[in-house]
Amino acid sequence: MSFVTRGFRGRRRVDVPPDRVPPGQYVTADFPVLSASPTPVVSADEWRFTVTGRDGADRSWTWKEFEALPSEKVTVDIHCVTKWSKLDTVWEGVSVDVLLAEMDTTSGFARIYSYGGYTTNLPAQDITGGKAWVAYSYEDRPLEPVHGGPARLLVPHLYFWKSAKWVQGIVLDDVDRPGFWESYGYHNYGDPWQEQRYAGD
Amino acid sequence: MTSDTHLDGNALGGLFYELFGREMTHQQGCCDNCGTVSAFGSLIVCRGPGDVLRCPACGEVIIVVVSTPVRQQVNFVALRWLNIEGFEADAPIGD
Amino acid sequence: MAGTAVRGRLNWLLAEAVELVAETPRVRTIVFDVPAWEGHRPGQHVDIRLTAEDGYQAQRSYSIAAPEDGVRVVITVELVDGGEVSPYLIEELRVGDSIELRGPIGGYFVWEPGDGESVQLIGGGSGIAPLMAMVRARVAARSSEPMRLLYSARSLEDVIYGEELESLNAVDGIDVAYTLTRSQPPGWEGLSRRVDRAMLEAVACPPTAGPACYVCGPTGFVETAASALVEQGHPAARIRTERFGPTGGP
Repeated sequence: MSFVTRGFRGRRRVDVPPDRVPPGQYVTADFPVLSASPTPVVSADEWRFTVTGRDGADRSWTWKEFEALPSEKVTVDIHCVTKWSKLDTVWEGVSVDVLLAEMDTTSGFARIYSYGGYTTNLPAQDITGGKAWVAYSYEDRPLEPVHGGPARLLVPHLYFWKSAKWVQGIVLDDVDRPGFWESYGYHNYGDPWQEQRYAGD
Repeated sequence: MTSDTHLDGNALGGLFYELFGREMTHQQGCCDNCGTVSAFGSLIVCRGPGDVLRCPACGEVIIVVVSTPVRQQVNFVALRWLNIEGFEADAPIGD
Repeated sequence: MAGTAVRGRLNWLLAEAVELVAETPRVRTIVFDVPAWEGHRPGQHVDIRLTAEDGYQAQRSYSIAAPEDGVRVVITVELVDGGEVSPYLIEELRVGDSIELRGPIGGYFVWEPGDGESVQLIGGGSGIAPLMAMVRARVAARSSEPMRLLYSARSLEDVIYGEELESLNAVDGIDVAYTLTRSQPPGWEGLSRRVDRAMLEAVACPPTAGPACYVCGPTGFVETAASALVEQGHPAARIRTERFGPTGGP
């Protein structure tokens, strides 16, 4: 073990009941910023969100149209693969069930695309049934660009790299295609409660 | 302006020294997306769960490094070539 | 510019803090004694590693702010609000404490006196640190490269190494200009806006002098200043940059 540094305590930590914390995680009051690309700049005018079904049919919303959709305020715990967790985070956004209402999501996979080129993948069943949102507000304020604004995917039951920032669209497919981190060494599914961080875990 | 969170290859100088066994920030690599040659220290670095190195000319991903407790996975996504200077080559293999 | 010779493994070394200097209310210089230190070049940095009792570790890079001097390694740290490592280094670390450090690291953002070429340094906020190693190296070597420094800070109170920089304006061949971007003292006659091409035309080395350019500071600052240098006419290949990320700048 390395030399212990006198007086160093690390990130501000929060004490919580252990059953709220997946294995290997610690709870922080900070909100660290991690990303695979520089923050993309997307104006409200150019922003579009598109869902594409397994038959290729698609549906798009402009920012105005998206804001007019029914939204929900949710309080969820989030878990980053780099070991920090935040509990009781408050978001507002549109349930993915609303966005995929006209599509067959009983089986198959979803590929998530973001402005800036980021991608991630997950089973279609993992973004439906009240498990995922496209969120545009965090802690009652518009989502900041560094945290994924204008809008990001929010899938709290999986490691937070699946909650793609700067989300642009969802494509449903019969085939599971690994996204960015999944292609480069991270786990294809990413369940924090089974500590599925890296490929092979 | 101050919301820019990316860094450059200088920030990964220690990691690359460990991976390659020598100083790497001045070594030159060629982006396979656009052909631009850049010093490692000038590559754009985005720190996610893993480290993403991007070409300063075209912005595309060149290398992704993922560190796990048991290995370093170096993904050579679009590195056409890498020049490593500063040591003598081995004698040619022959008869 | 050639890189460092191969030094073998980059081991973590124990560094003892022997001197602490309060540069500004938010900035501290720490002088470390590193017994196994083999020297370094101006512009290089070290990685610092802190380990908590439960095994949690945090690691950060800091530029070395002074040229080679036996086993002394000097860093200058700015307090990052809500940060993890800088509050420890600035508010907790005491003389006599030891931390782990590895280096020197860097073969791209380095400068050494002796080639006679002009040098243009542009620093924003705590980005002045590696540039200060270059300036101090030039002074110590009594070399003759024309060296210009443009230093962007929020206010006069945020200028680091202020007295030392002022004394350097009297040294032959070294010119220091400041731009204070958020507030200026009464009667301030110097620059007071963000670095742009017009400012460089006024105070920086002209492209015809063919200077080696070094830009360091927060990411946004570095990209703005580097673009301005290119607009002014400096070839991109003559501009070397070191980005410090989103915090700690003007």
